[in-house]
Amino acid sequence: MSDLAALYLQQFKTTFASMLQYRASLVIWMIGHVLEPLVYLIVWSTVSVSVGGAVGGYSTQQFAGYFIVLMLVNHVTFAWIMWEYEYRIREGTLSAALLKPVHPIHADIADNVSSKLITLPLMLLIAGGLATLFHPQLAPQWWAMVAAVPALFLAFLVRFLVEWCLAQAAFWTTRVTAVNQVYFVLLLFLSGQIAPLTLFPHAIQVAAAFLPFRWMIGFPVELLLGRLSLTETLVGLGAQAVWVVVCYFLLKVVWNAGVRIYTAVGA
Amino acid sequence: MTSPAIHIQGLRKTYVVSEREAGVKATLQSLVHRNTEEVPAVDGISFDLEPGEVVGFLGPNGAGKTTTLKCLSGLLHPTAGEVTVLGYHPWKRGKAFLRQITLVMGQRNQLVWDIPPLDSFELNRAIYRIPLSDYRRMLDELTELLDLGPLLRKPVRNLSLGERMKCEIAAALLHRPQVVFLDEPTIGLDVTMQRRIRSFIAEYNRRFGATVLLTSHYMADVVALCRRVVVIHHGRLLFDGELSRLVQDFTAHKTIVVQLEDTRANLRSYGDVISQDEGQYTLRVPKADTARITGRLLADLPVIDLLVEDPPIEEVIEVVFAQELR
Repeated sequence: MSDLAALYLQQFKTTFASMLQYRASLVIWMIGHVLEPLVYLIVWSTVSVSVGGAVGGYSTQQFAGYFIVLMLVNHVTFAWIMWEYEYRIREGTLSAALLKPVHPIHADIADNVSSKLITLPLMLLIAGGLATLFHPQLAPQWWAMVAAVPALFLAFLVRFLVEWCLAQAAFWTTRVTAVNQVYFVLLLFLSGQIAPLTLFPHAIQVAAAFLPFRWMIGFPVELLLGRLSLTETLVGLGAQAVWVVVCYFLLKVVWNAGVRIYTAVGA
Repeated sequence: MTSPAIHIQGLRKTYVVSEREAGVKATLQSLVHRNTEEVPAVDGISFDLEPGEVVGFLGPNGAGKTTTLKCLSGLLHPTAGEVTVLGYHPWKRGKAFLRQITLVMGQRNQLVWDIPPLDSFELNRAIYRIPLSDYRRMLDELTELLDLGPLLRKPVRNLSLGERMKCEIAAALLHRPQVVFLDEPTIGLDVTMQRRIRSFIAEYNRRFGATVLLTSHYMADVVALCRRVVVIHHGRLLFDGELSRLVQDFTAHKTIVVQLEDTRANLRSYGDVISQDEGQYTLRVPKADTARITGRLLADLPVIDLLVEDPPIEEVIEVVFAQELR
């Protein structure tokens, strides 16, 4: 285990070093991460003002809180593996990874976490700036703030593992972009990214509870806004844990099958 | 008797390739029914390498060399046959196996592009769990042998191709693998750099007793490093033995270089005149007739100097690659 810790530490250092070479592109990435929720924030605030102050239980200030927190949650949980994987297979960098005596997912996790650590301070600063502009309303209970720590960690794991599994599609098809599109549309609507899930019809809310998307983004956001009861919080954490376990086994199966194809058709 | 470091018995690897004719009709047909064809890349080859051997693995492009190396390093699952490396089945890619081998492919980079090689080396130290003292010692040795000193702290993207290749090789050997697969390690490098890498490989083999299987299109690499060569062609084994025997087996000719006073002599009646330059004539003669023709030249002409040679190795290899399977 300490060997794995040493590996993570070294991967952190490597990612730090190489990301600092690309400060400009980091900033561009972050602008994207700020703009998207900002647009939704402005749209929904305008809507709520025009209908007299509240939509689906969200006031203008609560919308502001929702999207500013969402921006941070999205930043913590997002991954880019699905965009990268096809390239890895095509360019043979996966072959190099397969020759190493560690599973390549460790490098990806360490890489992801370390790049987040670099950018998080700036994101918090931006969130603070937006807060002074939009006066968000947040009312988390003390236990919600405590529960948010595991909720965020599990949200990251669910999202990362799901996307790592889906990235393996590149072993079967060269049209990965189509898979990615479908996934990102589902994520946009069912995770609470485009709007709080309570604004959607009941059927969609039920569907969202059984799918992994809400547990990647919407759940920790609602928790931090103080909109969930203790029971709902515990159920949510349970759902996240179940998805982590499911994805872990799914990943094993998909990875093994993918590598078997890779080593059969030519690496 | 020790067990071989590498054992290959009847190795076969076939790729399934889908193919179709050009044109709209064929495209539509291929939506319903795909014609697939099995293409054998390696078609039943067998050979062993003893521990500590350095063997040249030769063949024209598409002969199956890289496929074989990938089967040996665990990147490809053999279609049939038995392959073991240090007693492991490579395709299982067990950690103990991966820690003892390395595969260096020209151009393939395991160095992180934006940071100095030293940082990538540190990462490999963590990945291979190399104890710090071993790592330092190995890094010192590699730095000395490959003259890496000035390169270690520059970002990889600022290194030249040759400098990068040296660092790639160092990164691949930090964990001191017992079995080293080198696929065109000197490709695209200038002569000085080729020589440097060549002498490094020889030294690595000598110091650590590693088993080395090497492919190269530069015969100078092979001549300098390998007593034994394995030649494959169309996925089949064409030759396995000493390099000198390859020359014997595959050349029907010898070269006679004669120096005469006369700069305009006509030696066509003795053999094929390949070149003539200021009284130095180069003749190609059938191997069996070499002694007889040499005697005739010496008897007939005022010879100043005479030299009988094997044709250059590049020419021999050309002959070998042109062979159809017997």
